[in-house]
Amino acid sequence: MTHLLAVDIGWGWTLAIKTVVVLGLIPLGALILGYTFLLKMMSHMQSRLGPMDPGGFHGWFQLVGDGMKFLQKEDIMPEQADRRVFALAPAVVVISTFLIFVVVPTGPRLVVKDLDVGVFYALAVSSLSIIGVLMAGWASANKFALLGALRAAAQLIAYELPLLLAVVGVVVQAGTMNLNGIVTAQQGGAIFGWDGLGNPYILTQFVGFALFLVAAQAELTQTPFDMPVAESELVSGYMVEYTGFRFLFFFIGEFGTAFAFAALAATLFLGGWALPGVHGGTADLLGPLVLFVKLMAVAFLIFWVRFTYPRLREDQLQAMAWKYLIPIALANILVTGLFKVWL
Amino acid sequence: MADETPPEGNGTEAGEVVEAAEGAEVPALGEREQALLDRLAAELGDGLVEHAEACGDLVVRVRPDSWRRAASVARSELGCDYLSFVAGIDWMPAEPFQGAPGGEPSQPSQPSDTTYGAAGSAGRFQVFARVQSTADHHGVTLKVDVDESDPRAESWVEVYPGADWHERECWEMYGISFDGHPNLRHIYLPSEFQGHPLRKDFPLLAREVKPWPGLVDVEGPAGSDEAEGGDA
Amino acid sequence: MSTTDRPVATRPSAVVPEIEVDPGAFRHLADAQMNVELDTGDMVLNLGPQHPATHGTLRLVVRLDGERVLAADPVIGYMHRGYEKLTEYRPYPQIITLINRIDWLSSFANEVPFVHAAERLMGIEAPPRAVYIRTILTELSRIATFLLFLGEMGLQVGAMTPAFFGFRDREHVLNVIEGATGGRFHPNFNRVGGLKDDLPWGWIAECRRTMDIVFKSCDDFEDLLMGNEIFEARTRSIGIIPADVGTSYGVSGSNIRASGVDWDLRRDGDPYLAYRDVDFKVWTHPDGDSYARYWVRLQETRESARMVLQLLDAIPAGPIMAKVPRVIKVPEGECWVETENPLGQMGYYLVSKGSTGPFRTKIRSASFSNVSILPWLLQGVYIPDIITILASLYFILGDIDR
Repeated sequence: MTHLLAVDIGWGWTLAIKTVVVLGLIPLGALILGYTFLLKMMSHMQSRLGPMDPGGFHGWFQLVGDGMKFLQKEDIMPEQADRRVFALAPAVVVISTFLIFVVVPTGPRLVVKDLDVGVFYALAVSSLSIIGVLMAGWASANKFALLGALRAAAQLIAYELPLLLAVVGVVVQAGTMNLNGIVTAQQGGAIFGWDGLGNPYILTQFVGFALFLVAAQAELTQTPFDMPVAESELVSGYMVEYTGFRFLFFFIGEFGTAFAFAALAATLFLGGWALPGVHGGTADLLGPLVLFVKLMAVAFLIFWVRFTYPRLREDQLQAMAWKYLIPIALANILVTGLFKVWL
Repeated sequence: MADETPPEGNGTEAGEVVEAAEGAEVPALGEREQALLDRLAAELGDGLVEHAEACGDLVVRVRPDSWRRAASVARSELGCDYLSFVAGIDWMPAEPFQGAPGGEPSQPSQPSDTTYGAAGSAGRFQVFARVQSTADHHGVTLKVDVDESDPRAESWVEVYPGADWHERECWEMYGISFDGHPNLRHIYLPSEFQGHPLRKDFPLLAREVKPWPGLVDVEGPAGSDEAEGGDA
Repeated sequence: MSTTDRPVATRPSAVVPEIEVDPGAFRHLADAQMNVELDTGDMVLNLGPQHPATHGTLRLVVRLDGERVLAADPVIGYMHRGYEKLTEYRPYPQIITLINRIDWLSSFANEVPFVHAAERLMGIEAPPRAVYIRTILTELSRIATFLLFLGEMGLQVGAMTPAFFGFRDREHVLNVIEGATGGRFHPNFNRVGGLKDDLPWGWIAECRRTMDIVFKSCDDFEDLLMGNEIFEARTRSIGIIPADVGTSYGVSGSNIRASGVDWDLRRDGDPYLAYRDVDFKVWTHPDGDSYARYWVRLQETRESARMVLQLLDAIPAGPIMAKVPRVIKVPEGECWVETENPLGQMGYYLVSKGSTGPFRTKIRSASFSNVSILPWLLQGVYIPDIITILASLYFILGDIDR
């Protein structure tokens, strides 16, 4: 993508622009998601208003102010903590979030790197955060943190499988692992011969969509799967010893990953940047906006469930993954494959 | 009460002008309470020292070596499956308060002599407990004397497991040890605490540090002719 | 969903579990630091005294094997204020102020048994109007504290939203209590012989409106939490208290009624307040688990609201204070009064020597006995289940520690 608006800008500038966009996108996405859903939607669901003053209009500046507050806090590390691991852990979590955005397409030509194994790559790097969580829990020299980290490790590993298997159905149906390819397959597809809306895979892969949402909820350690961070028990679990900007990293990581997973879900199941009938340059312009709207819809679902349900105990959580979600996912793949081969 | 004779079978009753008759029987013991008393007397024999009636409840004092026996009798024979509490009481009056010549209502006066309550007492300390029946809705208050020189009583933990914490509190507050208690240690106070606070000779430290100033603001409610003293 | 599979029936009920708790040995483990050893032996974890789940300053030292509890030892006393000693140094009106603060979420209900005991020893009776208003305010306190429970049990289990609903609806009840007594949390409204003041104009209508809100709120909780599969998975069969074990530990109130024991002091104890004139049902549940305790309290909230409506229709006219002397002196005697407080059975054993203050007050608080069952109850459960059990037992620290 060395051509921007038909102007050749060379690979150096391209790299710089892409880096800035991705690095800026994550905090921005975290901010938007955090404000809309965590501060406003949750508040309204709980009969309260949320922040109203900072920034004037319904407190939109709240999270920016929070970020600035975190940045100027004292850097406290427990005495018995493993210093290097303690410092590295949030970085590992955030890096894995950034890496997901390398393959998410926001337009037919607007993608940082159009990998042919996009899906595979995205899911692989998203599981890097598990290491960060374990590092955080171990290095904190705190029993609560350790408990949280161990729970997280078990949970995140367990729910990788349903996540993966849910996406396999989409890949089978699209015939490619390339995310842009999946989007164009949806755009160009037809529902029973009518191609007015394209063929968003949510219609055929509804089971996969549900599984993906559930597994994503668990990967994000959101309620009902927030045992690692069970507020009323472990008081922030593996993050308990983190303050200041290190905690900010975790926070950005959490909401940035939610942003990333919502984007992935929108791309895989809702058609991503594509609108039916919009191609080429217009798609490049409208693409980001369309993707944004779709991912906000998915994020709405994720956060709505988060604020409503109680949390599952780990053994119930593990049972759900291994005994229910994985068999359903396998059945989904089987049915998809059968349809693909014979229809 | 000015006389110092040890109480002889008559507990005082509240607010009633009924004269306590001579002898061990106390009038106005309800039918249900009478039945309980008969049952207890039959099971404990001479372990039951004295009984009385206090505001409609049966109060029974037992001998120290029958304390645990009384508990198991209450549990199995009387059907009292519910343990309400086990507590101690120190009958010695505390020191008169400084600067409170008798009668100032904001600081209650202590009695001048030692008198004992319903069902009497053999000495300064007693352990009393209440057990009730959830099915038959009756209850009985049991009391036992505790020797002042060697304060101990039998533990109820084998009969009522809930007595564990109550006895720990009683030991902590009065210094009464319980034989057979698995782990007598502090429950409310830090482990290094010395002394037994609810004993009457243990002063209320807050009032030692700062003596009670007495009535300072006497202000009745607006428009009322009752000047309330010492009211919150 | 799997649940813990401890064999409840085979556990001996009259034997105290052995927990090795030499205080000296515990001291160096007291803070929540990890002993950096790599052996997989037992881990000792400190829940509290500052912890969101322990409703105050309760400290629970648990010995863990992975996520299972081997033994648990509650350490209480962080809020011990020495009430029993204090009552020996105060006259009766001052004690009423004090005992408000034992169970601070339903303060009015704490005053009632004490004032009743003093009145019985004095041989006076509060006038019927005062008795009715006392009953209404007691039931309002019960509703207030149960609404909080219904919300915050959801919070402990992980659902954040019901907690806000609980607080929001409780505000209406607190406003009503404030309207009558002047205090939301500590009304301090009882006096020996009656009440401090009569009801303000319009209070009865306001109270009726608030009861409508309470009914709606209970329906909301039923829809939101009780029908939720995850809530059921987290609370069913968790923390089962068999009836005989419960009573021998002194567990009372909704906790023991959720184990099937049909015992309610409002109906079964000595008559007190106006409960003989009210038609109400005592709710029990056979299971004895955390879900049952939640269910029983939900039904009791509705029942209390119905009772309040009945009482509001029948308040007699008349004085609100009996003829009592200016300085309250209670004659010599002993009296035991117990009441059905929201947390359980609360009682006062009042020993009086004829002075303006009591000689000895034994305060029997419900939570003390409810919490004493924890070492027995927490064996073999998971850590999340500890939280569920603590939430479902519903104790108040002031009630445990006095």
